[in-house]
Amino acid sequence: MEFMQLLLSGLANGCVYGLVALGFVLIYKATEAVNFAQGDFMMLGAFVMLGLVNPQYMGMNFWLAVPIALLIMGALGYLLDLTVLRHMFGQNQTAIVILTIALGFVIRFVTGAIWGHEPVNLHSPLALGDIRAFGVVLSLADIAVIIVTVIMTMLLWQFFQRTKLGLAMQAASQNQMAAYYMGIPVKRVQGAVWALAGMVACVAGILYASKGSLDISAGFIGIKAFAAAVIGGFGSLPGALMGGLIVGVIEPFAARYLPPGYSQIAPYALLILVLIFRPHGLFAQVRTKKV
Amino acid sequence: MRFHFKTDYDHDIRLFPDWWNFSLYAALLAVMVALPFVISSFYLGEVTNVLIWAIAGLGLMMLTGQTGQVSLGHSAFMAMGCYTCVILMEAGVPFVAAFVLCGIITGVIGALIAIPALKLHGVYLAIATLALAILADDIIVILSPWTGGVNGKFAPDLMIFGYEINRWVNPGAWYYMALVVVLVVTLIYRNILRSPLGRAFAAVRDSEISAQAMGVDIARTKTMAFGISCAITGLGGALMGLFAGAFNNETFNFLLAIQLLMMIVIGGLGFIHGAFLGAIVVAFLPQGLSILTDQMGRGFNIPGLEMGVFGLLLIAFIIFEPHGLYGRWLKLRIWLELFPFARRDLFRRQKSYLKTERLR
Repeated sequence: MEFMQLLLSGLANGCVYGLVALGFVLIYKATEAVNFAQGDFMMLGAFVMLGLVNPQYMGMNFWLAVPIALLIMGALGYLLDLTVLRHMFGQNQTAIVILTIALGFVIRFVTGAIWGHEPVNLHSPLALGDIRAFGVVLSLADIAVIIVTVIMTMLLWQFFQRTKLGLAMQAASQNQMAAYYMGIPVKRVQGAVWALAGMVACVAGILYASKGSLDISAGFIGIKAFAAAVIGGFGSLPGALMGGLIVGVIEPFAARYLPPGYSQIAPYALLILVLIFRPHGLFAQVRTKKV
Repeated sequence: MRFHFKTDYDHDIRLFPDWWNFSLYAALLAVMVALPFVISSFYLGEVTNVLIWAIAGLGLMMLTGQTGQVSLGHSAFMAMGCYTCVILMEAGVPFVAAFVLCGIITGVIGALIAIPALKLHGVYLAIATLALAILADDIIVILSPWTGGVNGKFAPDLMIFGYEINRWVNPGAWYYMALVVVLVVTLIYRNILRSPLGRAFAAVRDSEISAQAMGVDIARTKTMAFGISCAITGLGGALMGLFAGAFNNETFNFLLAIQLLMMIVIGGLGFIHGAFLGAIVVAFLPQGLSILTDQMGRGFNIPGLEMGVFGLLLIAFIIFEPHGLYGRWLKLRIWLELFPFARRDLFRRQKSYLKTERLR
């Protein structure tokens, strides 16, 4: 029973990592850039939701606030692309890595200035109840996280494989100039994917905040999401979810069965092992470039 | 504008292209030597801090600026340098020997760590090194018997040939020590750049595939770059820990590594001057901001302001001036030298398009 409990709570945590990792992978698939600020996007999304829902701010109905928060974060993502990232169009990855790290700092600063640095709780109907079955206790939030994550991953995966916009995004990342020649508005497509990543981050943020308290350092789970994305292989959406689940499940088991001090190391140690032995993740998409 | 008439191949790689250039740097050195007699001990401490940051920055510059490998994990090597140095000193090794040894040990370990990391490119390397920086924190705690864990360690007294160097008693001596280390490291750095190894670094940075085609051993070059970079950063970390007086597992957290990377980007990637200019920004930004907020009154005292401003600065630099402060200065100098013939598009960035590394 303890095993099941650890497994299920690990899966629920892993789904949040997976959702943030989905954001990384989305942007990587469409723009070939890695958004180091995705964790901070998630944190910002959660705070936007908190600003809409919590009584001391707007006091809106939770379900009404969800689409509004999604819209705000989508618009923010698009605006960010328009104002900042479009200047970096065609530049190498390294510069964008550093740029997004800086963006993360700015987002953390702005959020801290608006909503303060104290941990707060989101008034979420998901945070209330819990379900007991077969000797396992699961909160509503945990169940919601798992369901939403699986649905989102499926939808996004199909979106990339089937829809015109999804294919345009893949084309834009594979060869920007060729995509231009094929009549794809590459810059607008990239704006769209940043908006999409903003929304995914918002969903992740809402679910994260429903599971527990929230403060501005919440964005640092982005680092664990990195581990997830790398373990699954950057560029693979189901891989990101799998990676998230692996990291999420390893954590509680490491905390339970390893001596204290070693447990925090487990996800990163796994990350480094994966990078050494399968550098492009378990669901690799990379081969050596040919001249 | 000065023209160099080169009559010898050695002229291409001379340390100083001409006497004017040499005298400029000599004058700078003279000013630096005279500094303790001019400014108060508080500002002397700040300048020492700048020099220490510059050493650590030079280390990262070797890897990121010269070889093109982004590392977000250099705080781990700073920690390694610092702990190695202090542990050696506590074991009875004299300071000078311990200091040199800690650089060498950090360099060797860095090179060893680089071997599995060689397969990684760009973003993957950045993530692997970031994981390393986070692991360093936990590893220091696990190794508590040697490192003191969460309680940390205090820097022992520094003795150089029987002469005590104490930050509080004689800040001038500390300053001169940092200055000597900076000088030596800069000279070594400059000499590596003009050696075949330095050329190989640049080749790997500009295009790995063409470097390989030209016969550069990529694995060896990257390992060397990692080793040298970690050695220099280790020295910087040792100085930083000793200067702070006390340090624990959180002193060298991964934010320090990110700050180091931001510093060299703001200063100018690929330039020795960039490491120093960036160090000046990093060391004086908090002071400048606190003076500014004091002037504005209590209401403007926002926690986290420093990192926010730092992030904004960095974004502005990457978008508008990717070559950093030193790149801006170079452009200004060329503009002045060409005056009035400089054209607006002289420095326009070439339009470029990305292609994926993934083939499916």
